[in-house]
Amino acid sequence: MIKKCDVVVIGGGPAGMAAALAADKKGAKVLLVERDGRLGGILNQCIHAGFGLHYFGEELTGPEYAHRFVLEVGKTDIEVLLNTMVLSLSDDRKLTALSPEFGLVHIEAGAVVLAMGCRERTAGAIALAGTRPAGIYTAGMAQKMCNVEGYLVGKRVVILGSGDIGLIMARRMTLEGAKVERVIELMPYSSGLKRNIVQCLEDFGIPIDYSHTVTRVVGKPRMEGLYYAPVGADRKPVLSEEKFIECDCLLLSVGLIPENDLLTDTSVEIASVTSGAVVDERRMTSVKGVFSCGNVLHVHDLVDNVSHEAETAGAAAADYAFGKYSPSAVRYRVNAGKGVRYALPQLLNAGEGEAEIFYRVDNVYRNPKIVVESGGKTLCSKKRPVLAPGEMEKVTLNLTSVTGDVTLRLEM
Amino acid sequence: MSYDVMVVGGGIVGCAVADRLARLDLSVILLERDDDVASYATRANSGIVHAGYDCEPGTAKARFNVRGNAMMWNLAEELDVPCRKCGSLVVAPEEGLEGLEELKRKADSNGVVTEILDREGTLKKEPNVSDNVAYALYAPEAGVISPYQLAIALADRAVLNGAEVVTEAEVTAISRENNLWRAHTPKGTFDAKYVVNCAGPEAAAVNGFVGEEVYETEYRRGDYFVLDNTEGKNVSTVIFPLPTAAGKGILVAPTADGNVIYGPTSVPTYDGDTAVTAEALDEIRRSVPLTYARPAFNKCIRIYCGVRTVIGHDFIIRKSDRAENFVMACGICSPGLTSAPAIAEYIEELLVSCGMERRPKADAVTVMPRKLRLESLSEERLNTLVKENPAWGKIVCRCEKVTEAEIVEAIHSPVPATTVDAVKRRVRAGMGRCQGGFCATRVMEIISRETGMPLDEIRKGIGHSEIAVLAVKEADYD
Ligand SMILES: Cc1cc2nc3c(=O)[nH]c(=O)nc-3n(C[C@H](O)[C@H](O)[C@H](O)COP(=O)(O)OP(=O)(O)OC[C@H]3O[C@@H](n4cnc5c(N)ncnc54)[C@H](O)[C@@H]3O)c2cc1C
Ligand SMILES: Cc1cc2nc3c(=O)[nH]c(=O)nc-3n(C[C@H](O)[C@H](O)[C@H](O)COP(=O)(O)OP(=O)(O)OC[C@H]3O[C@@H](n4cnc5c(N)ncnc54)[C@H](O)[C@@H]3O)c2cc1C
Repeated sequence: MIKKCDVVVIGGGPAGMAAALAADKKGAKVLLVERDGRLGGILNQCIHAGFGLHYFGEELTGPEYAHRFVLEVGKTDIEVLLNTMVLSLSDDRKLTALSPEFGLVHIEAGAVVLAMGCRERTAGAIALAGTRPAGIYTAGMAQKMCNVEGYLVGKRVVILGSGDIGLIMARRMTLEGAKVERVIELMPYSSGLKRNIVQCLEDFGIPIDYSHTVTRVVGKPRMEGLYYAPVGADRKPVLSEEKFIECDCLLLSVGLIPENDLLTDTSVEIASVTSGAVVDERRMTSVKGVFSCGNVLHVHDLVDNVSHEAETAGAAAADYAFGKYSPSAVRYRVNAGKGVRYALPQLLNAGEGEAEIFYRVDNVYRNPKIVVESGGKTLCSKKRPVLAPGEMEKVTLNLTSVTGDVTLRLEM
Repeated sequence: MSYDVMVVGGGIVGCAVADRLARLDLSVILLERDDDVASYATRANSGIVHAGYDCEPGTAKARFNVRGNAMMWNLAEELDVPCRKCGSLVVAPEEGLEGLEELKRKADSNGVVTEILDREGTLKKEPNVSDNVAYALYAPEAGVISPYQLAIALADRAVLNGAEVVTEAEVTAISRENNLWRAHTPKGTFDAKYVVNCAGPEAAAVNGFVGEEVYETEYRRGDYFVLDNTEGKNVSTVIFPLPTAAGKGILVAPTADGNVIYGPTSVPTYDGDTAVTAEALDEIRRSVPLTYARPAFNKCIRIYCGVRTVIGHDFIIRKSDRAENFVMACGICSPGLTSAPAIAEYIEELLVSCGMERRPKADAVTVMPRKLRLESLSEERLNTLVKENPAWGKIVCRCEKVTEAEIVEAIHSPVPATTVDAVKRRVRAGMGRCQGGFCATRVMEIISRETGMPLDEIRKGIGHSEIAVLAVKEADYD
């Protein structure tokens, strides 16, 4: 079967839905492809509140937030293919997808929006030593088991890593009657949001050990406990200070990785820091007509930012399909300078209007100044009380003032 | 129930024996301690079909390795098991030439084809050997196979040919009743005329049940890294360092399914110790760059560990001179996987010499039905399949692209897969880079639906490894 459309959106999470809606608003014929049985993506399992404060000005749960977009999609002519997984993508915007209803579907699109989300780093990826028993899961899998299937995966829990999903699960499992012993974090700071540290750990008296790591897991076939130790300056564990905790479950919240496996047959340039595509301010990748947004582009902590970013990408994709967008001849690089881990978009088209630059810092900084420079001029310089790697930050630039490559850096 | 032959242990040797005997006019039962066949050494090894150049000439290892290698490729074809005859290289620096020449002499007396290559010749076989490699011993007959899939396919074929496979049936004692052997297991007792002891790590103990020699057994751990399948293109052959007294050394190898492994270590341990240690991982991190120029430890998706069962210096495969109709395969360490088909062939002879009648079964299955894999289906075929069964259009495991139809088939295969790990070993759901993060819950739902087991009884693998341990707010529901 062959389907033709102006814009195809891959992934029906918050990013995919917002992108599809934005493209639809521009009059594009949109196809939204989702491998799961329903739209909503990861939000369907995030039943806690805390979504939408910025976008809707109210605090919603994940499913509620998603549902608002699902309703909007329902009011449009966007064609939605559920249970359909995109298997391949090429530079000339030809896709194949597999669906239980139609078999193999060939899609030809004027523009493509990537919105496939991300996956979690696993115990294997961090080469976690010890046994490999029942009881070791990624926090997201534990979340799905708890919130979708209705089961806890452990009664005495330790969490490795302080990513947001881990923090949310610390609270969730505590509320469900499990004992969360502690959170163990390799770095001297959390990779999650400050508000989650407060609301999910501190409010429940769950300790967090910074600069510590799990050294090995014991027990077979079920986990019986684990050893952990402080780490030295080289982040290697100090084994003489190893301690044991009895527990039947270890949840991992050690990082999210954009799910860009689909891009293997394309020439989309990937940024090594984000593991997502290199994009311009309209979220177009290095392959013309292919756009990227949401967690597949870079990992966001707030879904509100995902929705905004996806609207940018979706609108640009429609413009591209109608021949109304092509990158300008002059493009500037956006570089991450001192203290900045990455900045996105990585490219800016010379032109007019405003562009938001998102960035993350590489450590916790108190009273730093974020400085943005371009073509020898300082475009902005703002003092901030504190910047932490767990929180995505942004600066807004006036494109007319950008006259050369842009650098974001911190000044102490 | 009474059988002609009872096989104790469902590793590669036990499965190969059961498969051979099931094609004769015999009733065969295989008793396995764990939840699935291929649960011990057969599940966690290097998966290399060794050529046989390094075995001491004249040993059982040399004999069965060379014969096993010769049988393997056809067997894999009959059973539709992933394998690749990709050859192997033992690489050495300038000063290692002598070591290679000595290996070549062993190869010659074992009748194994090998060739010593200079650096240029080596690079033609494997462009990514490290800079210090000056020579290599090339063995074209070597290759890789999926060891657990091979064992599972053998067990499946045995079942199709009438054998019974009973899992979670650890033989805890063997007694003599009415001229038959009686095995005692948690699943009841089973009687048989002949017993074949293929109990791997416990083979010596099982010998003891019938008054045979309880061989002193050593165990040696081997740890590994598994790399993402994007690394597969960088490794075209098996790369060994020069062997030492400790063994074949730490290798870099493609796997039959397209990943890459680095390992194994060789560390003395106790039976069942499959915990990976940080020291072992560090040893591998240090060793790999000595032979291979593109180590990619950051592409690791999994680590694992297997345990070798070592008795003296050679395999012990013989019939008992103390217990009637009792045959043993003890100390089957490396190259046990490669040797298994040949060991099974020999065990059949041993049983015949005990008086077992050998009549081929009239219509025994030899060629197993081809397993359909999404990647190898033509578009037309795929569309027909989806039309007949929409589960063919539903991908459950994103990373390895496994459909619901394949998972359902695995659950109902001749040796059924009823745990998450058993499904994973059959169809690779959960073997990819997300390690089941997305699909494990889906697989659990499908197992539950297909078997009628409630979700909280679905296990990861052996023993009490249930994944769901407590219903959410259980108390609120009643
Ligand atoms: C556990 C958790 C807790 C969070 N907590 C908060 C919070 O409290 N507040 C907040 O504001 N934000 C929170 N966030 C962040 C926010 O929800 C996410 O950033 C956002 O959901 C990402 O949206 P997305 O559309 O990019 O990805 P996803 O929601 O992951 O959607 C991607 C979709 O693409 C589909 N897909 C992938 N590959 C394919 C393919 N090949 N073919 C077809 N479909 C495909 C997937 O099935 C999925 O539905 C949280 C995130 C997580 C994971
Ligand atoms: C690290 C490592 C790397 C290796 N690499 C290779 C290689 O590359 N190539 C190669 O050819 N060989 C290799 N080998 C060797 C090969 O894996 C083994 O020789 C082979 O798997 C042994 O098979 P088996 O059937 O004898 O034992 P196992 O696979 O150990 O099976 C024995 C079975 O018996 C069961 N059992 C035990 N006791 C009882 C009981 N009382 N009742 C019922 N069941 C019982 C166990 O549960 C187990 O399933 C390697 C081994 C290791 C450990």
